Amino acid sequence: MKAKVSITLKRGILDPQGQAVLHALSSLGYTGVKDVRVGKLIELDLATHDRAGAEAEVKAMCERLLANTIIEEYRIELME
Amino acid sequence: MSISLRVGILVFPGSNCDRDCQHAVSQVMGAKADFIWHKESMLPHVDAVIIPGGFSYGDYLRTGAIARFSPVMAAVTRFAEAGGLVLGICNGFQILLEAGLLPGAMLRNRSLSFLCKDVHLRVENADTPFTRRCKPGQVLTLPIAHGEGNYYADQATLAKLKARNQVIFRYCTKDGEVTPEANPNGSLDNIAGIVNDAGNILGLMPHPERCADALLGNEDGRLILLSLLEAIKSGRYAPKPVLAHNVS
Repeated sequence: MKAKVSITLKRGILDPQGQAVLHALSSLGYTGVKDVRVGKLIELDLATHDRAGAEAEVKAMCERLLANTIIEEYRIELME
Repeated sequence: MSISLRVGILVFPGSNCDRDCQHAVSQVMGAKADFIWHKESMLPHVDAVIIPGGFSYGDYLRTGAIARFSPVMAAVTRFAEAGGLVLGICNGFQILLEAGLLPGAMLRNRSLSFLCKDVHLRVENADTPFTRRCKPGQVLTLPIAHGEGNYYADQATLAKLKARNQVIFRYCTKDGEVTPEANPNGSLDNIAGIVNDAGNILGLMPHPERCADALLGNEDGRLILLSLLEAIKSGRYAPKPVLAHNVS
């Protein structure tokens, strides 16, 4: 089973990288972009096929290491 | 300074200010400075620990995020819980935040640039083991060198830090005014350094070890190291020995 973890800064926390990309897009003429958040994508290849167990374990990984929940939020996507 | 004082300096893969710290502590201040490799699960006998700057583990994932799980950090946590003095400089500050030994987190600098320059700091609390040689409100000039020094904490944490005088240094103008323009990296409330609730752990982004030696033209950093060594000498911050060397 594979897991994709997307990590971005929490809403309300200034994302300077996202702002820089927003400005660059705007200078290229893409003026319809209202906001940009730049984050990280972490792909995990898991030995298990137990979906519920995998979800709980990846969540624990996020809380302990993969994300800093003071500033970041994460989303977990599981695939067979 | 008595030669019997021993300061342990942690070394992670990617630390690059460890030798500067050793030079400042031993050659400039006259204390003993021992390197402690990150794989050690027990500290040797030391009176204080410095977590130096650098790019531990290549700053992968987040600054300090991987270093905090090194075996030595469990030993440092026990040392700090027993009352021992811990000074985290730059990446050392980031590691202390990731370890939860200090509250808050670091974000990328607002400018997205790596900043390497002198800044002015106002001493907000001179009644700590790290600032006792400073005067309240004194303006120090220290160099910064970081890409992620934009300190963040939620409002409740910030309120607590302020209420308990845990903000030790703020970025300021050369005259000591704390202004948005004097804030190099976007840090919340111009925060450059904080202590924990118990007051025995300091994290700061600027580098005192880089301006302790008179040869380098600025000795402001010496005040912080001298404060630390004098605090050790006072005996008030000796870690309780049983706890400090417990292997859990």
